[in-house]
Amino acid sequence: MAALESPPPGTPSAMRHAFGNVLSVLILVLIGVLAFSIRLFSVIKYESVIHEFDPYFNYRVTQFLSKNGIYEFWNWFDDRTWYPLGRVIGGTVYPGLTLTAGTIWWVVNSLNIPLSVETVCVFTAPVFSAFASWATYFLTKEVKGSGAGLAAAALLAMVPSYISRSVAGSYDNEAVAIFALIFTFYLYIKTLNTGSLFYATLNAIAYFYMVCSWGGYTFIINLIPMHVLLCIVTGRYSPRLYIAYAPLVVLGTLLAALVPVVGFNAVLTSEHFASFLVFIIIHVVALVYYIKGLLSPKMFKVAVTLVVSVGLVVCVIAVGILVALVASSPTGGWSGRSLSLLDPTYASKYIPIIASVSEHQPPTWPSYFMDINVLAFLVPAGIIACFSPLSDASSFVVLYIVMSVYFSGVMVRLMLVLAPAACIMSGIALSQAFDVFTASIKYHLSGSSNSTNDAEDNNSTNNAPKDDASASKADKSEETAKERPSKKGKKKEREHVVDKPSVKSKTVKKALVLPLEASIVALLLLIMLGAFYVIHCVWAAAEAYSAPSIVLTSQSRDGLHVFDDFRESYAWLSHNTDVDDKVASWWDYGYQTTAMANRTVIVDNNTWNNTHIATVGTAMSSPEKAAWEIFNSLDVKYVLVVFGGLIGYPSDDINKFLWMVRIGGGVFPHIKEADYLRDGQYRIDSEATPTMLNSLMYKLSYYRFVETDGKGFDRVRRTEIGKKHFKLTHFEEVFTSHHWMVRLYKLKPQKNRIRGKAKKLKSKTSSGSSSKSAKKNPWI
Amino acid sequence: MVNVSRSVALISLFLLPLLSFSFSVDNPTDRRVLVLLDDLSLKSSHSIFFNTLKSRGFDLDFKLAEDSKLALQRYGQYLYDGLIIFAPSTERFGGSLDSKSIADFVDSGRDLILSADTSASDLIRGIANECGVDFDEDSTAMVIDHSSFSVSDVDGDHTLIAADDLVKSDVILGKTKIEAPVLFRGVAHSLNPTNNLVLKVLSASPSAYSANPSSKLTSPPQLTGSAISLVSVMQARNNARVVISGSLQLFSDRLFRSGVQKAGSPNNYEKSGNEQFVTELGKWVFHERGHLKAGSLVHHRVGETDEPAIYRIKDDLEFSVEILEWSGKSWEPYVADDVQVQFYMMSPYVLKTLSTDKKGLFRTSFKVPDVYGVFQFKVEYEKLGYTTLSLSKQIPVRPYRHNEYERFIPTAYPYYGACFTTMAGFFVFSFVYLYHK
Repeated sequence: MAALESPPPGTPSAMRHAFGNVLSVLILVLIGVLAFSIRLFSVIKYESVIHEFDPYFNYRVTQFLSKNGIYEFWNWFDDRTWYPLGRVIGGTVYPGLTLTAGTIWWVVNSLNIPLSVETVCVFTAPVFSAFASWATYFLTKEVKGSGAGLAAAALLAMVPSYISRSVAGSYDNEAVAIFALIFTFYLYIKTLNTGSLFYATLNAIAYFYMVCSWGGYTFIINLIPMHVLLCIVTGRYSPRLYIAYAPLVVLGTLLAALVPVVGFNAVLTSEHFASFLVFIIIHVVALVYYIKGLLSPKMFKVAVTLVVSVGLVVCVIAVGILVALVASSPTGGWSGRSLSLLDPTYASKYIPIIASVSEHQPPTWPSYFMDINVLAFLVPAGIIACFSPLSDASSFVVLYIVMSVYFSGVMVRLMLVLAPAACIMSGIALSQAFDVFTASIKYHLSGSSNSTNDAEDNNSTNNAPKDDASASKADKSEETAKERPSKKGKKKEREHVVDKPSVKSKTVKKALVLPLEASIVALLLLIMLGAFYVIHCVWAAAEAYSAPSIVLTSQSRDGLHVFDDFRESYAWLSHNTDVDDKVASWWDYGYQTTAMANRTVIVDNNTWNNTHIATVGTAMSSPEKAAWEIFNSLDVKYVLVVFGGLIGYPSDDINKFLWMVRIGGGVFPHIKEADYLRDGQYRIDSEATPTMLNSLMYKLSYYRFVETDGKGFDRVRRTEIGKKHFKLTHFEEVFTSHHWMVRLYKLKPQKNRIRGKAKKLKSKTSSGSSSKSAKKNPWI
Repeated sequence: MVNVSRSVALISLFLLPLLSFSFSVDNPTDRRVLVLLDDLSLKSSHSIFFNTLKSRGFDLDFKLAEDSKLALQRYGQYLYDGLIIFAPSTERFGGSLDSKSIADFVDSGRDLILSADTSASDLIRGIANECGVDFDEDSTAMVIDHSSFSVSDVDGDHTLIAADDLVKSDVILGKTKIEAPVLFRGVAHSLNPTNNLVLKVLSASPSAYSANPSSKLTSPPQLTGSAISLVSVMQARNNARVVISGSLQLFSDRLFRSGVQKAGSPNNYEKSGNEQFVTELGKWVFHERGHLKAGSLVHHRVGETDEPAIYRIKDDLEFSVEILEWSGKSWEPYVADDVQVQFYMMSPYVLKTLSTDKKGLFRTSFKVPDVYGVFQFKVEYEKLGYTTLSLSKQIPVRPYRHNEYERFIPTAYPYYGACFTTMAGFFVFSFVYLYHK
């Protein structure tokens, strides 16, 4: 891991550098251990189990992979989901995570270490978060030196936002994708700093891994072009930039197209257009620089006017064609998720299915504090530090944080992308601040014989809240940064750099020395800040983010309660139903049902077919008979409903019900949201609308609920339910879990006979059979 | 657990010869029939009907409807395979019998002949209603027809009807045509036209109506014309069969023997059509005719014999199913040219008529459509009078594997050429550029 910066050999400080390197390696190892172990709370507190929803699918896919091999996996057509459409898993899944875990499992097993696939899956995320923190170290080191790198790595190892997605058992794409993201950025910066084609190739491969792992790769392929554009616009174009970018686009796009789920999207969708546009621009710019070198300034001007006039015409035509092409597709070539990123209101207006997912909602302010804690305050300081001086690398990090702050503001889920950026920034800020304070203390302690020594190993400084001067030894860092570039690049750079140091080096050293007391107090405060962060992170890891969500616990006066209803009912399904029976539920539970109960589901968390989901939503919001017909046409045998009213589990189906109505109504207009709301309010008490009270979801959730306490008091909605005594005609209850969290119903078979009309007859016969019906109905 | 199942197996082995006489999948004809009468004199007045049943091997058990020991089941097992209720005036059955237990009896796949008559009790109406038949609500009403009555009707109120509007189905009424009209005196009933399980077997003529013959009509009759059904059959979804007649006399020896001349018709028949009609209907209702059985659905790729677990799109497959018909004694091959198979995923993608080899095997072959998903082979055979065949078998269809596409597309050869020449050109160019002085 540690390709540490080699010290200038033969100097007296070589020993110190060597010592520092060993220390850095040690610290990095410890950071890795920290990153791994802080994520084990879930295993210790609960058990080694896969969490939540998507991880179950990934787990199932990994099982398939480990059993059948990669080719079968690639060609896998899964007939147990999305009945009757099926799903081509091999072509619609990001295979990175699965292949990674599958490879780990294979390696481990061929070493005769008998780990189960599940164990490997559970611990993949913690292992990769260790990798991610190391990648952060390298990235930050490229930007601001190894001190900042270590700080950033330590921060990332325990940032709550990342922990929330990578605790042991959270076997999701993001677990490896964040590592891939940071590592790709590191290699980009590395290439940018060195101009080495070797790193450029590695960069493309890292990008390929990212594309394999997560749909969020579009973030990379948009952020890097933006940075390139920024460099060009600010006159920072250099051959190094070209080498960092052009191979990435060509190789990266070719490689990305190899991933079945991306395929031709890599060149067809609008998400990738920015990279191609910038690819053209960088070539034009490169050509201009080349010609500029050849021609005299006067000739150059003539050439420019010529080229610009011709070029403009060509550009207008090209852009016209492009716009026409893009406009001909209904969404403008953008996928729904990307569009909702650009226009945060898009999803709620047009695609309820995206808006319905809680992790696609905009975050609240407290969630920032919860997820990145003190980093939120350190980030601005880090940004300032990046501007003094602004290098290619630091401008990239600034761009990264700016973009990710925006994206995280649109979707909670993208907090995860913000977290590394915030860690890097805070790492820079912390290390710069420490540099300044320790340097000041050292200066005061060692009297007036100052500067030269500390200036040498602290290859950067400045920042410091009060120190606004762009002064300092920053020039030093600039120089070290510029020394690394290859010789070709260096020549060009010289022209730009030459004049800067001479101006700056004058003001330097005295400005950054702070009073001793102030430094010590500030240092202590910084340490306290860090301590708070650590405490918060450990708390978040232990309490907030470790619940596997398939097992719930609650603490009450008489001790800990464990709600294991989900697994109880999935086990019931797998033991009491036929292998080919179809289970309908809202899509949230699709992955779990296929993975844990091994039953065919109608819809699942891979929401690729809106119509199919809308069909299920419509069935859930229809009255019993209509719902029965819909389900019967889909060969459904069982209906699964999650109900939290008895124990107060808030994310149950009744609370999700409005989304079912919206999604169903989006495709089948006879379902109208207004019918389910009383004066715009969603309620299930006696004020609720008849449509609501007769909907299948209401009935299946509250069937026999009144038996529990005699009143039918719903603890989630904190109200008494509206309709208490009713019977089901087309469904029959077959299973209700211990805490009523999961209720399973079976579709009754079609009536064997059809009765006659007999209006009068009923009143006549009722005299004979009324005593019987009274016995059957316990409510009256 | 093992012991229990073993003993169950033993017992069933022991009972097998006994059970084989009763109603079963392999032998669908009913054997043990309970006859409920409200008056034991019916036994002699309807003896022809009962004797024909006996002569066909049925084991009739006559009981009074009020008999307090009546029971259809004992220890959860049905004691009878069929039920004949000739007790129109019974208000309440004896023993454990009621309209629900009779409905359950039908729902268990067993058959029923129910005959009402004028002033039928609510109980009988209730049972009929369970089967989708609505008797005229006016309990004094009868079917009256002033144009197609039987001339032998001496009372002159035209309630003895000579009906000849029979359903055209060889399966229900036999191959021999019923020439003589069927004599009917009783109560009218109607069917819900949306109910596809019930069927009029004997309908009234357009001039018939339902009213009380002894009182004057004050308001237009509720049931008129050919909406009136005189005898109906119901075949439930589980293929239980029910005959409901509005006339008990229809089954009587008197009407069996009496000659018939329809008013206004020159044809005078020695014997009414009743006996033939009732006998043939009896054969149908007790599954001596029109009972189909299908073997499992067999399918495989063309040129193979084993059933694959999954098909690929555009595979060629062969499909076959064996359908047999019960002749009353043995299973005979069923011959028809209208059996169809669907290759179904939410809607039929392929609909093919099967060809038969006259030995009961129906087969076809087709190409799997270019759509992947979980398909079903479905045979839904619903033919008038026959039992419903509803078979389905699930089979997934997968897309091409990644290496099943053609590797080189002929039309793309220019592009391949362009690709490789560019590569070569670049190589040459680099070589020249780098090493050319």
